[in-house]
Amino acid sequence: MALATSPPEAGEAGAPGRYSSDAAGLGRLRAGVFVAPALLLIAAFLVFPALWVLYLALTNYRLTGAAAAEPQFVGLANLLDAAANPEFWSSTWLTVEFVLGSAVIGQVGLGFTIAWLLRDRRGPLKRLVEGLVILAWILPGAIVSFLWVALLDRDGGTLNALLGIQGFAWLLDHPMLSIIVFNIWRGTAFSMMLYGAALGNVPPSHLESARLAGASGWQQLRDVVFPHIRGHVLTNLLLISLWTFNDFTPFLLTAGGPDGRSEVLAVHVYKVALQSGELGYGAAVSAIILLINLVVAVFYLRLLRRRK
Amino acid sequence: MGVVAVITAAGLGLAACGQSSGGGGGGGGDAIELTITQNAIAGGKNAAGANFIANWVIPKFEAAQKAKGKNVKVKFVPSGVDDEQYKTKLSLDLKSGKGADVIDIDGIWAGEFAEAGYLKPLADLVGTDADGWDGWSQIPEAVQGLATFNGKKYALPVGTDGRVLYFNKTLFQKAGLPADWQPKSWQEILDAGTKLKSSGVPVPIQINAGTAMGEATSMQGVLPLLAGAGGEVQKDGKWAGATQPLKDALGLYQKIYGGGLGDPKLQQEAKGRDKSFQQFAAGKIGILMEGDYFWRGVVNPATGVAKMADRDQVVGYAMIPAMEPGKGIRGQDFVSMSGGALRTVNPNSKHPKEAFELATFTLSPEGLKEETKDGNVRITPRTDVNKEILAGEPLLTYISEKVLPLTAYRPPVAVYPQVSVALQEATAAVVGGTAPDQAAADYQKKLEGIVGGPGNIAS
Repeated sequence: MALATSPPEAGEAGAPGRYSSDAAGLGRLRAGVFVAPALLLIAAFLVFPALWVLYLALTNYRLTGAAAAEPQFVGLANLLDAAANPEFWSSTWLTVEFVLGSAVIGQVGLGFTIAWLLRDRRGPLKRLVEGLVILAWILPGAIVSFLWVALLDRDGGTLNALLGIQGFAWLLDHPMLSIIVFNIWRGTAFSMMLYGAALGNVPPSHLESARLAGASGWQQLRDVVFPHIRGHVLTNLLLISLWTFNDFTPFLLTAGGPDGRSEVLAVHVYKVALQSGELGYGAAVSAIILLINLVVAVFYLRLLRRRK
Repeated sequence: MGVVAVITAAGLGLAACGQSSGGGGGGGGDAIELTITQNAIAGGKNAAGANFIANWVIPKFEAAQKAKGKNVKVKFVPSGVDDEQYKTKLSLDLKSGKGADVIDIDGIWAGEFAEAGYLKPLADLVGTDADGWDGWSQIPEAVQGLATFNGKKYALPVGTDGRVLYFNKTLFQKAGLPADWQPKSWQEILDAGTKLKSSGVPVPIQINAGTAMGEATSMQGVLPLLAGAGGEVQKDGKWAGATQPLKDALGLYQKIYGGGLGDPKLQQEAKGRDKSFQQFAAGKIGILMEGDYFWRGVVNPATGVAKMADRDQVVGYAMIPAMEPGKGIRGQDFVSMSGGALRTVNPNSKHPKEAFELATFTLSPEGLKEETKDGNVRITPRTDVNKEILAGEPLLTYISEKVLPLTAYRPPVAVYPQVSVALQEATAAVVGGTAPDQAAADYQKKLEGIVGGPGNIAS
């Protein structure tokens, strides 16, 4: 919003929407004082680390060895290494699979479905379903991961026992499917709550009118409900896509195995940077992740703005 | 942005979660505060070592210092995680100028820690005390070599070990195999595996493979096999690429895991090694290649993580044969690999002399005898106590007398851990179905990137 800078007429001080230059300066100063701590925190914990990662990405910095003591500037070598590394590409595609499967299709789809089915309901059933779904959300990732490892274990795992089969290795034979199902189970609560709140804002009179006009259930959903909750859907999609993209919990289920078949990018970075100690290369892959996240965020925000 | 944060924190040293250096806490008057850490924890990993530090070393050392008029307080910082995680934690501690005063590391990390500046030669830290320690005269040259990098001593050796083939005598009897089994070639191992399979043993042979097992795959898998085929991972400054011995070693993996004699899934699971321990103890694995840790820390009837009450009657052991008699390194019929832990002083310590004293105290004859009593026997670094400690321990006497003379050590250079990972990946590929020649070629390609080009590789 542009601030008016022309001096007020005599006796007009304090006219709505107009400020004296002194008042404007004071206002800016006051705003600056209020915003400064937040800006400092953002600079210290976001901008500086991001710049530091970009710097590390241009070096051969390692966790141990001579390059830990005296890292050399290697330019874009790490990025070129990543581009030539089949493990990087395999991790990238697995991450895309993970985001599409568990976030876009799973959590958004299932979260909306549950919210839609529960929209007009009251009573114990709703509370039970909500309680069960939210339980997954409130438990720490490390704890539920261990629970799932026990659940899916091929020897003595609960799932095999329930199904009456022996020795089926879910995490080994279907690592990505197991991780995607786990993430859907764990993350659906957030989408469900968000959609539940959004659906509450759809004016019942609009739905009633649509019903009276003979609209089918699908038409009501498409033409009345969706336009109202579109912003929520896109915001939710953005948030959970980014969360899933950066999610490290797959490591707790499979450690990226077997043979890298569940090594999503976050796990790939952990393995190369902290297990193999290649901090420079790890920083380069982190920078790529940062870039992808930014592109996705900008894309979603533009979509959101255009629809508005 | 968690990933970014992890990397950045590592770079900035913000993620260091170690303990502050001794004496930094304040509040203790003129007390000298020391911390000591190992990858050991009461009730968990290497529990006996943790108990020894907490119950014997600390009270005795503090009392000994008090007698000398010094007020020294020692605190044990336990850990019970995978070795790779322990190494990462130590690296971050040391990088950020923190960490315990006395630290245990795997011998093979000494080179890369020294090159990074995380460790300093003992002589630089504590002066003449370093070479003046009376324990050195009791430690064999090869074992001292574990603690030496570029001709300087960086740590005190905590001991050494050796590798053998363990087998279940009960399963062997059912398969018509002898209780005093000693294979003389790889083919004899495969033959025994085939007989075990016919008699219904679920996993006849288990030899570590893959990356999930980490360094265990190298030490209890590919390196002894490579040595058995006459190969060395590094010789005369050149690294072995896709050599015939490597192809032979990978070929044995293919015969075992492609031929139904081993369980490939056990190699792929994150906790596969622990599971293989449990399965051996439960009588489901016939033959297992492992170090002496397996005997004293895993199936130990008193303190093992997979106790076998009848270990001494049921578990047999044999030397690892060369591919064929005389085909092993140095023309040997049998081979082994050895490693060992080190105990060192953190260069960031505020009291390096006292820290060194603490480290040597743990390796005194009395300390080693105390640590290894009640069935917690291991081969110590000191020859003056080994005989007494190992008496009545047939497996460890066997390793000490028969296996150590023909063993081999990993190259004590900083780049070795990366080479080791590449070897693990080669075994993982073969277990997953890749042909040995292809896996060896892929290994060589990766090796070139690690060791600085094809000029440093012997094919």
